[in-house]
Amino acid sequence: MIVADRKSVPEIRDMIKKHNRVLLVGCGTCVTVCLAGGEREAGILGSALRMSLKLIGRGDVVVDECLIERQCEDAFIDILAPRVGEYDAICSLGCGAGVQALAERFPNTAVYPGLNTQFIGILESQGVWTEKCAGCGACRLGEFVGICPLTRCAKRLLNGPCGGSRDGQCEVREGLECGWQLIYDRAKALGVLDSLEAMAAPQDWSTSLDGGPRKVIREDQCIAGMGPKA
Amino acid sequence: MENKPVIVAFCCHYCAYAAADLAGTLRLQYPDTVRVLRLPCTGKIEVNYLLAAFERGVDGVIVAGCLEGGCHFQEGNLRARRRVERARQLLGEIGLEPERLEMFNLSSAEGTRFAEIVTEMTKRIEQLGPSPLRRTRDHVERSIAELSAQAEQAIAGERK
Repeated sequence: MIVADRKSVPEIRDMIKKHNRVLLVGCGTCVTVCLAGGEREAGILGSALRMSLKLIGRGDVVVDECLIERQCEDAFIDILAPRVGEYDAICSLGCGAGVQALAERFPNTAVYPGLNTQFIGILESQGVWTEKCAGCGACRLGEFVGICPLTRCAKRLLNGPCGGSRDGQCEVREGLECGWQLIYDRAKALGVLDSLEAMAAPQDWSTSLDGGPRKVIREDQCIAGMGPKA
Repeated sequence: MENKPVIVAFCCHYCAYAAADLAGTLRLQYPDTVRVLRLPCTGKIEVNYLLAAFERGVDGVIVAGCLEGGCHFQEGNLRARRRVERARQLLGEIGLEPERLEMFNLSSAEGTRFAEIVTEMTKRIEQLGPSPLRRTRDHVERSIAELSAQAEQAIAGERK
């Protein structure tokens, strides 16, 4: 899932303070699970913002909260449409995709982000999330026994480990596991250590961070007349 | 009268609420600044409950749970302590003094301790002064009555 965390109350307050009516929109998917932008967090932030605005003399600003099931899809955003006219700004508690989806859907309303979108990751333990996927567009987990060196190795080495690996720990940061130690241990457990003897080819970065926003198109699923924009 | 602090105490049914009752039975004197809200356990506390009290203009909030290791629900009071810490951090971001919120642990036999806690928090709030979000006393009292009714509904929900 996409993992995010909340911007500070003063940062959000300063973004919205020039408006008079602000709608905080939570999202019911990833950011609810990572406890950053769900219904409860929207309620907490709404309460915090109203108090903070009052303390800087803007107690007249109306801050309301609501939740939509999924901010990154128009069909779910539609439910907001009748309400948005009552507000002059939206503060989205969705990920970056959600914020931009709301901005596209409501071109005449200011839209601000309430969260910092961090990464694609998993719940490691209660309250702890860890990055697992860089979204590179050319997955090579099959070559590395299911552990991604691009994400898990601090140096993104495809032919590791480097000399900074000590007792399973990475030299880059204390407490950081060496991604290549994890790959080695898992390959050993699976009895496929020899698979690591081959030199891994350089990553093809043309599928990532290149050529503007990427698009996935399933032509068999596209509806005639509503196809993808060129 | 208008400037006297108003403190909300979220009290666990199994300890602090009984301790408050005992303080009354013992005829102990303590400031009439506190409004007691009963919860089935301090583990029922969420950050938004605490902020709701401050948003309604109360000057201070006490969360009073069982002694550590003595929670009726194993670790509700330990969870409450972490949530109180989170709320204190948020109060700092908002611009309110985090000291207006404090968690205490006591047993149901400690009526005297309950009176001490209320006295201690009242002194602290008097030093800090009224909350800058303070509205009229009537408004605050009405808001607390609403919060109290919500807390009682929460308990009724637990019993179903």
